[in-house]
Amino acid sequence: MKQIHEREQVVVRFAGDSGDGMQVVGGRFTEATAVLGNDLATLPNFPGEIRAPAGTIAGVSSFQIHFAARDIATPGDAPNVLVAMNPAALRANVDELDRGATIIVNEDAFSTRNLDKAGYQANPLEDGSLDGFSVKRVPITSLAQRAVQEMDGVSTRDAIRSKNMFTLGLLCWLYDRPVDVTERWISAKFAKRSSALQANLAAFRAGWNFGETTELIDTRYRVPAAADLPAGTYRNVNGTIATVLGLVAASVRSGLDLLLCSYPITPASELLHEMARLERSGVRTLQAEDEIAAINIALGAAFGGSLGVTATSGPGADLMSETLGLAVALELPLVVIDVQRAGPSTGMPTRTEQSDLLMAMYGRHGESPVPIVAASTPAQCFEAAIDAVRIAVRYRTPVVLLEDLFLANSSEPWRIPVAGDLPTIEPMFETEPPKDGPFEPYVRDASGARPWVRPGTPGLAHRIGGLEKSRSGEISYEAGNHAVMTAERAAKVAGIEVPPLAVDADEGAELLVVGWGSSHGALRAGVRRVRARGKRIAFAHLDHINPLPPNAGEVLGRYSRVLVVEMNSGQLARLLRAEFALDIESHAKVQGQPLLAAEVERALMERL
Amino acid sequence: MSVNVTNGRVGGSPAGARANGSGALGKADFQSSSETRWCPGCGDYAILATLQEVLAEQGTAPERVAFVSGIGCAGRFPYYMNTYGVHGVHGRAPAFATGLALTREDLQVWVIGGDGDMLSIGANHLLHALRRDIPIKIVLFNNQIYGLTKGQISPTSEVGKITKSTPFGSLDIPFQPLSLALGAEASFVARTIDRDRKHLASVLQAAATHPGAAFVEVYQNCPVFNDGAYAALTDKDSREANLIRLEHGAPICVGRERERGVMRGPDGDLVLADVSDVGEGALLVHDAHRPDPSLAFALSRLAAGPTEPTPVGVFRKVARPSARLGFEREAAAAREGFGVRELDELLHAGDTWTVG
Repeated sequence: MKQIHEREQVVVRFAGDSGDGMQVVGGRFTEATAVLGNDLATLPNFPGEIRAPAGTIAGVSSFQIHFAARDIATPGDAPNVLVAMNPAALRANVDELDRGATIIVNEDAFSTRNLDKAGYQANPLEDGSLDGFSVKRVPITSLAQRAVQEMDGVSTRDAIRSKNMFTLGLLCWLYDRPVDVTERWISAKFAKRSSALQANLAAFRAGWNFGETTELIDTRYRVPAAADLPAGTYRNVNGTIATVLGLVAASVRSGLDLLLCSYPITPASELLHEMARLERSGVRTLQAEDEIAAINIALGAAFGGSLGVTATSGPGADLMSETLGLAVALELPLVVIDVQRAGPSTGMPTRTEQSDLLMAMYGRHGESPVPIVAASTPAQCFEAAIDAVRIAVRYRTPVVLLEDLFLANSSEPWRIPVAGDLPTIEPMFETEPPKDGPFEPYVRDASGARPWVRPGTPGLAHRIGGLEKSRSGEISYEAGNHAVMTAERAAKVAGIEVPPLAVDADEGAELLVVGWGSSHGALRAGVRRVRARGKRIAFAHLDHINPLPPNAGEVLGRYSRVLVVEMNSGQLARLLRAEFALDIESHAKVQGQPLLAAEVERALMERL
Repeated sequence: MSVNVTNGRVGGSPAGARANGSGALGKADFQSSSETRWCPGCGDYAILATLQEVLAEQGTAPERVAFVSGIGCAGRFPYYMNTYGVHGVHGRAPAFATGLALTREDLQVWVIGGDGDMLSIGANHLLHALRRDIPIKIVLFNNQIYGLTKGQISPTSEVGKITKSTPFGSLDIPFQPLSLALGAEASFVARTIDRDRKHLASVLQAAATHPGAAFVEVYQNCPVFNDGAYAALTDKDSREANLIRLEHGAPICVGRERERGVMRGPDGDLVLADVSDVGEGALLVHDAHRPDPSLAFALSRLAAGPTEPTPVGVFRKVARPSARLGFEREAAAAREGFGVRELDELLHAGDTWTVG
């Protein structure tokens, strides 16, 4: 009987060649972990190329999961365990490990040829370079092949491919994960190919049994279910799924038909894919010929009285800026989701960044204010999407919802809300012609919003357009009118109701750390660590950038030092300095990699 | 989730009343109160008036019609129609209209634009709207020049054209808009001319009733920057020799006495021949419903430009079984049945677990 050690939290990274199925292993391990009741956060990392040459560093794909018996905030910094399916996966990841970490390698893959391709002069398993680590050499490929080779109809290819399921089985054993979740998934996934079904099941069980019998690994770990999660029904979601569900929920709660129109672009394509899968559940999607068409089609749907949404990433957002300006002039509801990635230009499509903030804020000609909502965690994308729709519909305005690659791909448990408890959104269509005089499309209500009319409504036919209009909808070049319309558009956006900024502050804290978007998790974890070291600190996170929460200036002014931490060159810091004329410090990271809790901790400790 | 809109001859602006006081629609019901501001003599006036008449004749309530345009002189068109209308950004009207038409099958959606708007900056959207056979009626006002920016070459300007941006003459081969539309798999392709109101009306009428994407090129005179571009087709003494009026089921011929006609040449090309030489039996009989667009394409290239015998009329009108239509109907049915209960199910899809 092997001994079982209890751990409060563990970080595991699965790394292999693009063809090794590491994302599948990570995803299935995550589901098993979620069902067990751990809190968790995940981070996939894909290579930039679709099929980089096998065995090379460029072809390495990885998946990291942080799971714990308590509430956690990030996918973790350094992995406790690295699974390396080949030399390239080892080489690409080993530098991120702390000494003492465990490395499980597929020793079958450490051939001279593969070592060469990874750029190793000598075999790291032999040359002592891994001495500081606990290395477990497992012949994964051959063990998996042996487990399935006697089976009817299993090709050599299926046998070799099943090595990922062997790995999954071994890790599930190592961390005492339930097997039924995975077995159910395998059965459903390969329901139509019984030989593949049998091979994958056999490999998965062989991996588990190998752990049980091998003398190589003598300890198992158990991470008990998290006790501090609020009661409720949970599922694991990444930011993409949460956004899609939020949009569908907003459609149902507003009674507005939803059209998502997009042009494929990494990392926003998944939003289109996931929404398209729901087309038989009452939503509509269209793959446009380019991003310019995508936003125009969405805006055309909005003119027709539907909920028009488009999703893109930086380069596509560049192309959309002209029509975003049109939406400002037309004053129609529209949601533009920018899943940010590293720029400029094509930049690094598979790397995350928060560097589109100033573009969202100012990236249009003329005076064209646009509300900005920023999602903070994968699960929070659900609420952020609903909130973006609420603002768009209530105020008849385009809204930019800022997400990023990290949010889109990372996952965490999400407490599923009750649909009937979600806020309703009233479209408040204008349906009756005015009793006296003609209908005026730019007459505003108390919130500054103009009427939204479904074409087809008798007596309210009207024309709108990109040319400046008077209140009555006539084209106007009149100086005073332009000043009034400009001021009214600005006042409308500035007056959008957003919740006040909440501050998580220690008594007597002098340093306020401010974040926005996906750095929320790293900031929360960093703040926690600093507190554990006995320091006092205050933490506030902005979910709304335009307008800022009504108390933002007052909150920032309360502290003698304010530090903004973000994944760009200091864009929010710049905005806040301009807005409040405060001496705000900036900690910026522009590496295409998410912030780590340890980095935040360091940045805070330097100032405490 | 959709709202039912009452069909028929009610509504309009002011609500319920028709401009002529009777129950029938008249041209005035489609005239907005905005002052029309094109240059005196502009061909756009004729197109505007004709379309107002065609719509009134057709009997669709003005509030069930929407006009979408981009930038250019023609872009002002929606302002002058007493219907729903949007004047959008340069070149993107076909895309905007796609979003509107896809989500509002109950509306009649028209797209208006010039040769710069739809063939230069927005050509891509035009092609894809036609390819998708979106139920929109696209009217291209082709005057072979940029008017609003004061006289530069357009994608339909002839080689050698001298303008402010091409002081030594344009070097670029012009598009043949109909060839382009046919190449984009358009299901309805037609050409007409601003000076022939009757022909203009008949073509616009045919476009209005086409179930898919309709593409109409209107030869439109710009009296300021390109006056007389279509003189060969409009002047009293030359037009009969040059206007080849296509009629479905009739031999394709031209001339006051229908003395010339179109036939296949020895190598398959279309050629103009004297009927007295070849006999009427040799002439091509126009078939707008041919599934294959090759012959329509050849017709679209019969004239190198509007200075020689040029076919006008409906080149192609085919009904295309639309995969989209069936899919949209199913999706619409799904939307009707998707409420809070279905949303709850969707939120709970996949593996879930319970805490507490």
